[in-house]
Amino acid sequence: MPFKDVKVTAPKSLFDKLWESHVVWQEPSQPALIYIDLHLVHEVTSPQAFEGLRLAGRKVRRTDCTFGTVDHNVPTTREHRFNILDPIAAQQINTLRKNCADFGVTLADVGSAEQGIVHVIGPELGLTLPGKTIVCGDSHTSTHGAFGALAIGIGTSEVEHVLATQTLQQKRPKSMLVRVNGALPAGVTAKDLALGIIHQIGTDGGTGHCIEYSGEAVRGLSMEGRMTLCNLAIESGARGGMVAPDETTFAYIKGRKYAPQGEAWDKAVAYWKTLPSEEGAEFDRVVDFDATKLEPWVTWGTSPGMSVPVTGRVPKLEDARDEVEKAAFIRAYEYMGLTPGAALNTVMVDRVFVGSCTNGRIEDMRAAAKVIKGHKVNAKVRMLVVPGSEWVKQQAEKEGLDRIFTAAGAEWREPGCSMCLGMNPDIIASGERCASTSNRNFEGRQGRGGRTHLVSPEMAAAAAVTGHFTDVRQWDYKE
Amino acid sequence: MQPMRIHRGQAIPLGQANIDTDQIIPKQFLKRIERTGYGPFLFNDWRYASDGQPKPEFVINREPYKHGTILIAGKNFGCGSSREHAAWALTNFGILVVIAPSFADIFHSNAANNGLLTVALPEEKVTELLAKAESREKYELTIDVEKLTVSDAEGWSANFPLDSFRQHCLLNGLDQISLTLQRAAAIQAFEDRPKPY
Repeated sequence: MPFKDVKVTAPKSLFDKLWESHVVWQEPSQPALIYIDLHLVHEVTSPQAFEGLRLAGRKVRRTDCTFGTVDHNVPTTREHRFNILDPIAAQQINTLRKNCADFGVTLADVGSAEQGIVHVIGPELGLTLPGKTIVCGDSHTSTHGAFGALAIGIGTSEVEHVLATQTLQQKRPKSMLVRVNGALPAGVTAKDLALGIIHQIGTDGGTGHCIEYSGEAVRGLSMEGRMTLCNLAIESGARGGMVAPDETTFAYIKGRKYAPQGEAWDKAVAYWKTLPSEEGAEFDRVVDFDATKLEPWVTWGTSPGMSVPVTGRVPKLEDARDEVEKAAFIRAYEYMGLTPGAALNTVMVDRVFVGSCTNGRIEDMRAAAKVIKGHKVNAKVRMLVVPGSEWVKQQAEKEGLDRIFTAAGAEWREPGCSMCLGMNPDIIASGERCASTSNRNFEGRQGRGGRTHLVSPEMAAAAAVTGHFTDVRQWDYKE
Repeated sequence: MQPMRIHRGQAIPLGQANIDTDQIIPKQFLKRIERTGYGPFLFNDWRYASDGQPKPEFVINREPYKHGTILIAGKNFGCGSSREHAAWALTNFGILVVIAPSFADIFHSNAANNGLLTVALPEEKVTELLAKAESREKYELTIDVEKLTVSDAEGWSANFPLDSFRQHCLLNGLDQISLTLQRAAAIQAFEDRPKPY
């Protein structure tokens, strides 16, 4: 049949290739069973999954494809890391220790040189590689898509399913191409690009889709920048976010602990080069985004889509796109304590947080340090800098970044998720306003009644110095 | 998982859009290692004042909604964090069905894995149901998983989509892992294939 021939030779997208090469079983009109190459596990979403295995007398099918760490609950102060005061948090971490020991899963525990936020250590260790399917019981698993991997956040029942079977039942997502046209202007970062895209397509714009980001601005991003971009794919509702692998990707991976070495490396690179979307590949949806007019971006409300350029103002009710958005605006003004029409650069902050799986990598530490160097944190502001992993911490200290932060009056902490979600003691008080490099500005995310504004590390550092949101493009850098 | 064929229960109107899983179950309750006991913490920060006292105006603190089993919400319900605790909190509270114009993907899967039915209806239908649930002294809906219909005693009715596999699993209360393990040979064959590197 000629139709069949057409199908075989049709150009394929990166997503098509990743999906099709991992289908283990497909019944008509049922979800596919897809194979999972890497499963990252942490303390919060795994205890009930391991308990399920125990009750059913099941084992972890591929301990060699499973890797655990502790990140969400871990205190970031040195004195409490090995002496966790919260008994429930301590019990959850001890439970992961026991589960990893009982089931034979490698654990990067507190104190290990490999410990850190799951989405930071996967790439650092060379566990995250192009062409892999990667899951974790955490929505920001989309981060790993930056390497040209199909990376999906899952729930605890699915964690148990992957532990037991190394597969996931999954309906094939639709594909979406976000073409970022033009280059990013100076002073505009991957974080601003990500927030700009979410603002354009909406927090449910990606629902049911796997996004591929392409175009000049995306190619120009470092791996850290691409990870920030893909990390926030979930905030547009997408199943995953991806960037096709290229020389930047290979250079990042080479020599990392679990990356292929020697002859395997050459074979791997040759394979990875076959992965990018082919000319003419079809997508279920294509979105164009203009990078050239982008500015440093700040969220003003309680959803990552409620954002404006730093030069902008809190939108007025008449700016709302529909009745649903109008209702959300009214609620957000009240919760955030903001007046419609207020200029963003007059909004004062009490707290600044630099860190998280969105912006807790070495490049983020360098970016924030560069802004804050030679300046002082405003007397009314408390700034917390939390490296995303033990490796990031060590590297930053080697480069003297910790001393730049502490000299400015910021707190330099131990690695973990920290104030991104405040499961550990790092929370903000009710009514306090925080410039945060994290990923969610939901009500109460950083502490009940706390007000979160999402920004880039550069913008966070600038706000720490001036005490209000400040356009970092005008910054007085002191070398 | 409990099978579900026909469910009848009180509707709970909570019409906001983008209700995220941080609101459904705040972070402080994710430290527990159990699958049960989350019901009292459902919508914690909306439901209780900072001193722990129930806020009388919040919907599930009021009669008859506190006995409700069918939640009606705005679009993109369950967005944000992948925490399955959100599905556990809803089911532990006694909610068996959520009706909304759309659902976030991960929440949707988590719901399915816990026998919590997600019913996607067009926005205008959801608006009608919200108005009815808010204005009637008692307002019950009937969900028929076999016929894929939502209906009330006043003659209102709508069809909803559900893929046949999910329908089958829900009707029979099937456990996904045992289903997948029937494919053990295919998984083994996949693992035995030659690798690209």
